Amino acid sequence: MIILLLTNFSLLASSRLDACIRIITFQGIIIAFLPILTVRETHIIFSYPPYLLALVILTVKGIVFPVLLKHTLRSVKVRREIEPFVGYGASIVIGVIAMTFSFWVCRQIPLHGTTLSASALPVAIFTVFCGLFMIVSRVKAITQAIGYIVFENGVYVFGSALLIEQSFLVEVGVIFDVFVMVFILGIMTFHINRAFDHINTAKLEKK
Amino acid sequence: MILTLLILIPALAGIASFFVSSAFLRRSMLAGTAVLHCLLTAAAWVSAPEILLNGWLALDSAGLLFLSVSSILFLASSVYAVGYLGREHQQQQISEEGFIFTNTPESIFIACLQLFLSAMTLVCASQHFGLLWVGIEATSLASAPLIYFHRHQHSLEATWKYVLICSVGIGLALLGTLILTYSASMIEGEGLNLVLGQLLLNSADLQPQWLKVAFLFFLVGYGTKMGLAPLHTWIPAAYSEAPSLVALLSGALLNCAFLGILRIHQVCIAAGQSAFSCGLLVFFGLFSMAVAAFFIIGQKDYKRMLAYSSVEHMGILSLGIGLGGTAVFGSLLHLINHSLTKGMLFLAAGNILFVYKTRISSDVKGLLGRIPVTGALWVAGLFAITGAPPFGLFVSEFTIFKSAITQKHYLIAGLFLLLLAIIFAAMSYIMLNMAQGENSEPVKKESSFGIIPPVILFLLTLLLGLYIPPGLTDILNSVAFIFGGA
Repeated sequence: MIILLLTNFSLLASSRLDACIRIITFQGIIIAFLPILTVRETHIIFSYPPYLLALVILTVKGIVFPVLLKHTLRSVKVRREIEPFVGYGASIVIGVIAMTFSFWVCRQIPLHGTTLSASALPVAIFTVFCGLFMIVSRVKAITQAIGYIVFENGVYVFGSALLIEQSFLVEVGVIFDVFVMVFILGIMTFHINRAFDHINTAKLEKK
Repeated sequence: MILTLLILIPALAGIASFFVSSAFLRRSMLAGTAVLHCLLTAAAWVSAPEILLNGWLALDSAGLLFLSVSSILFLASSVYAVGYLGREHQQQQISEEGFIFTNTPESIFIACLQLFLSAMTLVCASQHFGLLWVGIEATSLASAPLIYFHRHQHSLEATWKYVLICSVGIGLALLGTLILTYSASMIEGEGLNLVLGQLLLNSADLQPQWLKVAFLFFLVGYGTKMGLAPLHTWIPAAYSEAPSLVALLSGALLNCAFLGILRIHQVCIAAGQSAFSCGLLVFFGLFSMAVAAFFIIGQKDYKRMLAYSSVEHMGILSLGIGLGGTAVFGSLLHLINHSLTKGMLFLAAGNILFVYKTRISSDVKGLLGRIPVTGALWVAGLFAITGAPPFGLFVSEFTIFKSAITQKHYLIAGLFLLLLAIIFAAMSYIMLNMAQGENSEPVKKESSFGIIPPVILFLLTLLLGLYIPPGLTDILNSVAFIFGGA
């Protein structure tokens, strides 16, 4: 959980796009192991093997996303996010505030959980905040896409933190949708680049 | 069998369209799918369709109602699309600003259209909140390429906005779904199950605070998709850029998202939290109407004007449901009427755009002289959409208003009336100016593909204003009962 927290901070702070992609790959891999951890802690009997789910997530988040993003990155030839709306120092400060807030919120709500949910819930909420913050504060299309993946990761951790056993069908549906979503975002980043010679969404505004 | 076919036929036809190379065959597949889907929906009215996957998929009366609206609209749009693609087939075009762009390959366009229909059917039929989410997300994914049909900068901007805002909204709805599951998991001894029927049975045991939080997330998440202010910002951009088939987005997609909100509202009612959810619905409804009224005044782009009008009508729907009582009936009737009328207006707007090549309303003059049928439809549509008698929207808006008065919500009723009046004035100023004026150009012959679908939609709205068939009243009543109406 602490590792997850740290990855969020480094995402907020890093300007190099390939570093960002490496970090979310790492985040995806950690997340993939969550279902297995959940089983260890609670001995809940899942109706499907959790390893299967872990494998699916590992493939999508640990392999497919990074490859897609790297590919887009190569084709659009940008290296770093130059002028975000909110600077990196300020981003970190906002991150700290968001983290405090997440921990505070989690103390207020009634829980009937295990140790895992107690520690994972604030991290999940924090991750959701980070993703949303990245979407609104960054200008490059690709960074917004990365922000979206972070947001999605947060939602996923939230789900596992609450020990929710959804059925396999739904899980796969969710993962598939997110996959197509990222795919479309990737293609569109490419088109934006071709149409404007840059991928700044701020300049997409109508004149 | 019916339900399986309803979902599978458009999906398979959609996938097949990717690989069919003949344009004629592809277009006839589109029309064929639409007709088949319509017939199957009609069959579902006669005999109740089967229940699939342990009750995950079943068509209850609410689903059937929403599905029928979508199906009719899809049929109209696909007939229109056949004509539209016929005249848009030249690959390169000059845009208003004078740069060259190409259209999305037709195979992708048609395929996505059919996949979109399949996803909408899934939404209407799903009784499981997770599946509902998957369906709604699938509709936005399938419709993104539709908006990006004209490949140029502005539509790229619109699509980016659409995909990003809707995905975040839908992500929030997923969070809502998870929270709902959590509140259900507090039930002792029960397995975790998000099937609507089971949730309703056990609703009293749902943890109330978590349920409220879940409702909030659902409202914000699906509200984004449905176009409730302040999260409506993608609608004007997407609607003005997409080809006229946006009629489908406005008439059917928004309804699907609305169904998502209604389902959770249903759970809230059963759990005795209806005061909370109704209050929020009323607030967001009025707020959307106010925002729409503000932006319609002086709107320069006529497709954007129609888009804001959609925001307004979504506000009315949410207001009606929130008020409860007979207003729920009014709201559901309004949903049908709005879809039909707005569908017709968007198709008519497509005809105008084709002839005048501009979206700026002040550049369009003398519609009635130049393209008489579309011009007449445009004027009639104005009165229909703003809720003048004898059209269906008048009946439904009046029902909602009357219900607000009888429940002694005078402030809400007053605001409702005031906003409607403002919107009426603003829209008629814009639309009548377009219809009238000198026309120097010769009368242009209009293609029957572009005329027949909107005319039929228009006749249906008119019919609903004058006479509601008893079968429809029955089903509306039963649906209204589910969603807390009297």
